[in-house]
Formats: sequence, C-alpha cells, structure tokens
Amino acid sequence: MNTWLAQHQDAILLALRRLAAAPLNNVLSVLAIGVALALPAGGQMLLANAMRLPGTTSAVPQISVFMLASAERRAATEIESRLGKYGGVKHVQLLPKEETLARLKSNSGLRDVIEALPANPFPDALVVTATDERPESMEKLAAEFRQWPKVEHVQLDSAWVRRLDALLKLGRTGVMLLGALLGAGLIAISFSIIRMQVLTHRAEIEVSQLLGATNGFIQRPFLYYGLLLGLAGGIAAWLLVGAAALWLRAPLGELVRLYDLTLVLQSLDARDSALLLGLAAGLGWLGAMISLRQHLQQP
Amino acid sequence: MIRFDRVSKRYPPGVDALSNLSFEIAERQMVLVSGHSGAGKSTLLRLVAAIEKCTSGVVLVGGQNVGALARAALPYLRRRIGMVFQDQKLLFDRTVFENVMLPLSIAGFPRRDAAQRVRTALDKVGLASREKALPIMLSGGEQQRLAIARAVVNRPTLLLADEPTAHLDKETAADVARIFHEFHQVGVTLLIATYADDLFPAARRLRLDHGKLLP
Repeated sequence: MNTWLAQHQDAILLALRRLAAAPLNNVLSVLAIGVALALPAGGQMLLANAMRLPGTTSAVPQISVFMLASAERRAATEIESRLGKYGGVKHVQLLPKEETLARLKSNSGLRDVIEALPANPFPDALVVTATDERPESMEKLAAEFRQWPKVEHVQLDSAWVRRLDALLKLGRTGVMLLGALLGAGLIAISFSIIRMQVLTHRAEIEVSQLLGATNGFIQRPFLYYGLLLGLAGGIAAWLLVGAAALWLRAPLGELVRLYDLTLVLQSLDARDSALLLGLAAGLGWLGAMISLRQHLQQP
Repeated sequence: MIRFDRVSKRYPPGVDALSNLSFEIAERQMVLVSGHSGAGKSTLLRLVAAIEKCTSGVVLVGGQNVGALARAALPYLRRRIGMVFQDQKLLFDRTVFENVMLPLSIAGFPRRDAAQRVRTALDKVGLASREKALPIMLSGGEQQRLAIARAVVNRPTLLLADEPTAHLDKETAADVARIFHEFHQVGVTLLIATYADDLFPAARRLRLDHGKLLP
C-alpha cells in the first residue's frame, strides 16, 4: 500500500514538475479551459438563481375560483366547505377580498392607485389544489366549478408556472448541451496537450519500457497532468463565474426590483462547485487517457 | 540461463540479421559477442531482452520462451535483466541519482531501501559524489558508468551490455571493463556485445559474421 501511494505521489510530483516547466503554455491552456467551462457554469448559476425567485420553487398547478363581487362572505365559506368535501380536491384556501387588497397594497407598486379607488374591487376567492394535476383533469374540475352558484370566474393558474417551468427546462437543456459541447472541447484540449507531452517525453517512455515499466506506470504522470490541467481549468472557470456574479449582482438586483421581486445573485453553491471541479478534472483525465491509449497501443 | 535454438531474425524487406543461431549460456558465465559492425550483435541482445521477437526459432531466458511472452508480461522479464545500451539512454533532465532510481521506482521498491541501493550502486561505479549532477555535466566515461549503475541497481542476475566501451578512451574503457569483471565475480551472468574483446580476456566468445555464428 505504501509503495502504491509512493508511486502515485511520485507521479503527481512529476506531473507538477512538468506543468511548472512550461508555465506560459499551461497558464494559457488553463485559461482556455476556464473560459470554455465558465459558459455552462455561468448558465447553471443563472438558472439556480432563477429557481430562487419567488413563485418558481413550486410548479404545482392550482385553480382560482372567484366569487361574484356582490356575493356575501357566507357564500364564499359555503363554497369553501363544498370544495373541501369535493372529490378530486386536495386542498382549498379562502382568500378574503380584504386580504387580497392588503397584500396588493403592500407588495405591488400600485399602492397609490389602489388607495384612490372608492371601494374594494376584488371579490372573495378560493385557491384549490387538485389531487390529479393532469391538465385535462384540472380543466374538468374548473368546468364543474364554473356551474356553481355565485361563482363569477374560474381560472387555471398553472399556465404561467408551466411557461416558466418550460423556460427553465429549456435553460437547463441549453446548459447541458453547452456543457457537453464544451466538455468535449476540454477533452480535445487535454488530448492534444498530452499528445505533445508524450512526444516531448518519448525518450523517457522508451527508457522506462526498456527498464520494465508497465503501461500503468508510464501513463500515471500523464494522467495526473491531464487531471491537474482540467482541475486548474475548473478553478479558473469557478473564479470567472464568481467574479461575474459579483459584477452582475447590482444591475440584476436593480432589474428584478422593477418586477417587485428581490434577488441577490449568488455564485455557484457547494454542490455545483464540486460538480464543476470534479467534471473538469475528470474530463482532463479522460482526454489524457484517450491520448495515451492511442500512443501506447502503437507497436 | 540463456538458450538460442535455431534462432533467425529477418528485417523487411528480407535482410537476415541473424541466421539459425543455436547456443547456450550457463549461469554466472561472462560471454562476449563479437563481430564486425552489422554482424548482428545488438540484434542478439535485443532478442534476449524481448525488445524484438525472432522470426523463427526459440529464445529461452531463465527457462522462459521470451518470444511467446504476452505484452503485459514483458515488463516483469525486463526487471530481471540489467541493460547497458550502446547509446546509454540516460534521462538528461533528471539527476544522476534520479536516473539510477528509475528502475527501482518502476519495480516499486520502498523509497528508503531504494535510496540506499542507489547510493551503493553509485558508489560501486565511483559516482557517489556526483549524485546531484545532471548527466550532461558528466564526462563520457562517467555517463557510461552511470548507465551501468542504472543497469545493476535492481541486482539482476543477467546483465546485457551493448558496446559498453565504445567511444571511450583506453583508460576509461579498462575502468568500465573492471566494473563488469567485479559483477561477474559476484555471480552475475554477463552477455556483452563488443568489438574490444581484449578488455575481457577470460570471457567466453561468440563470434558473429553476417548473422551467423562462427565455430
């Protein structure tokens, strides 16, 4: 075990020595990898922040039942009770019109307009969560509620949530696609750098083979080279994304405030950071391995 | 220790480097392979170390048919053989110490034992005081002695040397020959390809001429 560890330690030290031997080349390579990885990582950061916006954490579709403006509170509570016993309804919440008005006053920029109104224009409303969230079942329920007395309007609230959810899904797919493309780019960068390294150290490889080195022994420092290069690229990407988050925080915060929302742009969280660094190191290692396989399998 | 049974080696496009060679080398023997340039001396050594495979016949080393060995088994054969190459094959970006350490690192020796062995080997060839030097800083004779130290640090039972005294002056060549004699005295089997066979008067001789063994 000690020997095994010592051989890996030697391989890492040799890889570090080779990295340090060509500092400018390697810094530029790390920067290229960093910029390539920063694009999908930055996209992931924006998506994660978008998910934190109020209203996006839950994509549960709901049905809003609006009472007639002239209807008394008793009518609304009767409907609430009826809904509570209705098959297919999971949860029902009564929103009295006074509460709706107060919430709108405190949360929106329309306070002055609302205060200028002679009377409360909102009806009592009920928010229904269904047991079956499929669109056709929800539509059926909504159609039934529309027939009930003193009900003015029934609205399916899922549409905008679904639109946002679809947008986020599209964003996630885009980030994954970009990540896959640029990940392949990282493998290609690592492949050619290791190929150059192999050519540079051809004599050493030959001597090692003549002295009884296995392919594993010969490959090890090159694999660590690729891994360290990828990891350094990942760290560069992480720093770039962090710097971008700091830079964009104030203007983005200002933008979302215009929509009555609050957002403090956060850089990648611990999970995403670990994923970025792990993937970068892994792809660097993979590029090196493909390159070495190609070289060492030659007769 | 070594047995050649009707061994031939042909390079494309049909050049016979070795033709129908048969001989045996017992353990602890010192054998010189001599002959003119192109006689097949280096090829013979390369077949023993399984660097190349023979076109026909069987090469046995320590009872193993090296021509039939799987690629994955070759490293383990080579670790048992010390090799001094004609062009030395030193690593010029590594120190004297690191060059000699390489076979031990490959074989997975514990670091402390390995360092002790390296120093012993360097001491044996008179390079103990140069362990931190780079090979480029050594003279031709010192580089050859470094190559010998690297070949013997694993304490192999078989040592192959391809023209170990080529390009050396008479005094340095004698010094290198003395080192080989010392290894022979401690029981190492030596197979040396050389044209300077006067340096090894007591050794058995295999004379090659155009790939054929002379009687």
